[in-house]
Amino acid sequence: MSSQPRVPKSAPRPNWVSTRNPCKACAPLGATLVMRGIAGAVPFLHGSQGCATYMRRYIISHFREPMDIATSGFSEATTIFGGESNLRQGLGNVTSQYHPTLIGIATTCLTETIGEDVQGMLREYRGTTAGAEGPTLVHVSTPSYSGTHIDGFHDAVRAVVEQLAGADTSPSAYVNGFLNLFPGMVSSEDLRFLKEVAAAFSVPITLFPDYSETLDGPSMEKYQKIPEGGTTIAALRSTPSAKASIEFGRTLRTKKTAASFLQERFEVPAKRIGMPIGVYESDVFFATMEKLSGNKTPDKYRMERGRLVDAYVDGHKYLFGKRAIVFGDEDMVVGLTSFLAEIGVVPVLCASGGKSGAMARSIAEVTTHVRGTVAVRDGVDFMTIAEETALKELKPDFVIGSSKGAKLARELGVPLIRVGFPIHDRIGGQRILHLGYRGAQQLFDLVVNTLLEVKQDSSSIGYSYL
Amino acid sequence: MADILRERERQVYRKGQQQAFQLDCEKQSVAGSVSQRACVFCGSRVVLYPIADALHIVHGPIGCASYTWDIRGALSSGPELHRLSFSTDLQEMNVIQGGEKKLYAALCELIDAHSPKAAFVYATCIVGVIGDDVEAVCKRVSLEKGIPVLAVHSEGFKGTKKDGYRAACDALLQIVGTGPVDDISPLSINILGDFNLAGETWTIRDYYARMGVQVVSCITGDGRIDDIRRAHGAALNVVQCSGSMTYLAKSMREKYGIPFIRVSYFGVEDMSKSLYDVAKHFKDKEMLARTQGMVREELQRIMPLIADYRRVLEGKRAAIYVGGAFKAFSLVSALRLLGMKTVMVGSQTGNRDDYEQLRELCDEGTIIADDSNPLELSSFLEEKDVDVFIGGVKERPIAYKLGIGFCDHNHERKEALAGFEGMVNFAREVHSSVMSPVWQLTPRKRGNSLEVVK
Repeated sequence: MSSQPRVPKSAPRPNWVSTRNPCKACAPLGATLVMRGIAGAVPFLHGSQGCATYMRRYIISHFREPMDIATSGFSEATTIFGGESNLRQGLGNVTSQYHPTLIGIATTCLTETIGEDVQGMLREYRGTTAGAEGPTLVHVSTPSYSGTHIDGFHDAVRAVVEQLAGADTSPSAYVNGFLNLFPGMVSSEDLRFLKEVAAAFSVPITLFPDYSETLDGPSMEKYQKIPEGGTTIAALRSTPSAKASIEFGRTLRTKKTAASFLQERFEVPAKRIGMPIGVYESDVFFATMEKLSGNKTPDKYRMERGRLVDAYVDGHKYLFGKRAIVFGDEDMVVGLTSFLAEIGVVPVLCASGGKSGAMARSIAEVTTHVRGTVAVRDGVDFMTIAEETALKELKPDFVIGSSKGAKLARELGVPLIRVGFPIHDRIGGQRILHLGYRGAQQLFDLVVNTLLEVKQDSSSIGYSYL
Repeated sequence: MADILRERERQVYRKGQQQAFQLDCEKQSVAGSVSQRACVFCGSRVVLYPIADALHIVHGPIGCASYTWDIRGALSSGPELHRLSFSTDLQEMNVIQGGEKKLYAALCELIDAHSPKAAFVYATCIVGVIGDDVEAVCKRVSLEKGIPVLAVHSEGFKGTKKDGYRAACDALLQIVGTGPVDDISPLSINILGDFNLAGETWTIRDYYARMGVQVVSCITGDGRIDDIRRAHGAALNVVQCSGSMTYLAKSMREKYGIPFIRVSYFGVEDMSKSLYDVAKHFKDKEMLARTQGMVREELQRIMPLIADYRRVLEGKRAAIYVGGAFKAFSLVSALRLLGMKTVMVGSQTGNRDDYEQLRELCDEGTIIADDSNPLELSSFLEEKDVDVFIGGVKERPIAYKLGIGFCDHNHERKEALAGFEGMVNFAREVHSSVMSPVWQLTPRKRGNSLEVVK
């Protein structure tokens, strides 16, 4: 693959100061999702009451599952005199109500701006009786004025691993030849899929975070204060003993991640690959699994790949030359772009509210087989995407990304194919499988059928066979 | 029985228990309690949100704007500027150097692009900390652009949602009194505290039109700046959602001598009483006769439908957890009309009078809770074996996880629940949730057995 980006430099665009219809959320949101993926944990925001409530609502509307987030609930006095007593009271109350094994604390713009020393406060708290007897505490700095929910997510993954790694070296915590897998922000279904793949390769993994059950659980007779599931603290403590770490996300090259920390500090080899969406990127994933497990890809997945390619052939005519706008979280966009390019769809614009600085290069890497150039815009909002679509006469046949693009799709008069996060206007966002050949199969059928539906609906004849 | 935090013990009451009734309320949420409340910003944002021809810009980092983009089902009959999300999206450098310049530039470009009738600038948490003079920026832009540009002091930590309501009313008070009032009838009102969710304001307006009452402005459902400018010309303020709007009504009474009455448009009794109260206020016999005729006509139409639902719903148990307690009163009555029993009722922001009134209204054994949380609410639902829970999106998964029906009565709802027709919709929605066959499959009803049902 070419390492040189063939993507043109950003064309000049109107220099908007404001953000209009954002294509991102704020950093603490990503952190709370990560904390929800730890067994027995309660996410906790150090800041105003509203942050916790707004993020709960945003996450609940996607997963349609309970999502309790505690908060230190800053008042005016707290803001002036500091939040230590609120933090202590909050931790104490969460402990007595939820009996958690861990509380995952993330900061907010307020507490970062007033310069709260959360680390110091937690050190003090651990020294008290309540703190010493209480749950494990981890914290991550997530100032909302920096980066997006995705940055908050990856920073939380790293912070948790940094703070827990190596704390337990007892042999029971050690399983020979296991892998760390840091998948990034994917769906609950994706997480279940990854666990299934690892089991099929007969390789133990520490998957982190793992909200496959905590944010997609069964109907219950009794309310669970903390839903079952999640990565265990013991597993997080033994991440340095892994044979290797795999992390998904080509754009992570600009970040310090959990995998890069484990490599630097404990010499656990880090293998960074793209989010495995579509055949090419899934091939990389399965090849990586083969190499690290020493086992061949199970027949089941070879069959899935075979059926997928067979379906690509069956559907290729409906897709060739169709034009798509892809938007959302950067690594999701990179993965989707790779998938669309390999099925003959032209990605006319790849956009994200994130700004890692690595998206253009990452997209260039996965579109080497695409003729012409692919326009990439990072750090943009939906109004900018709409304006650029009109200005450059992009004429997309569909748009693909989160439900926040519904307005854009409606204005363009084209379908929105809902993937990623958040999906607030449909059911089942947590059960969308994006990853692997099986995920690609589902995406492929969805894309083709969406276009066939347009063809059928807009035809005066209707057609019984397409 | 629920695990209730020691600090919250006095915020939960069971009617009929020995102790004297004294519910603690209007307190800051307890840290770590996982309150269902939002913040000051939320209070301001929801109240002003439906004003459709104004620019709403959130001054702060991106989150507050993201989480409130197109959040309410508040409909507009014309412009839809309110459904867009604008933010200064403050970055680290802005936090260090101050955000005033960015706010100024953002306001100018957005006003130029969208030609709004006014602009509301919502100050979020850190704006209050970094010391931006939002007021000064607003004044400057207002002079330059020739429209009202209003600072809404809604820093999240500066109180509760109620303080946000007040900040919103303070902004509105700067608009009221700036428009012409010459063609306003003496039989005129402002509709305060209806937000046109699912078109409810239009239903209510239609009733008033049929009564012969002129509606000067709706604050803020399907709201327009030019109407609000003229609001001081109305003869009466009719206040629903008293939690958010009583302050505005009181201020207008003080400043312009406009009296106000409290109403509720939910449920048959409260809806009828509201219209009669308005008619009585004007002491106009013909209007009263018209109102009676209209109410009769509406009731004749809907009561048979309600009776059908009642036959099925009789004896079912409901729980209510809403933002403002005033709405809870109407819901208890509306559920009673459907033959249902309210076994738990609570609110985020009720005051002592509200809870006293709720206590009088409710049956023995009913749980009353202020500023509750998921663990308490789930335990109440389990303990009382509730059939349907009425609340907002944040309460929904608590009910659903336990296999309990749910009805959204919060600001995201898509069904009009106000007015006479709204009562039918409410009955239909409760019915369709309670009677769904899916509950029969839940562990709550039949455990997790895979046994084949014959």
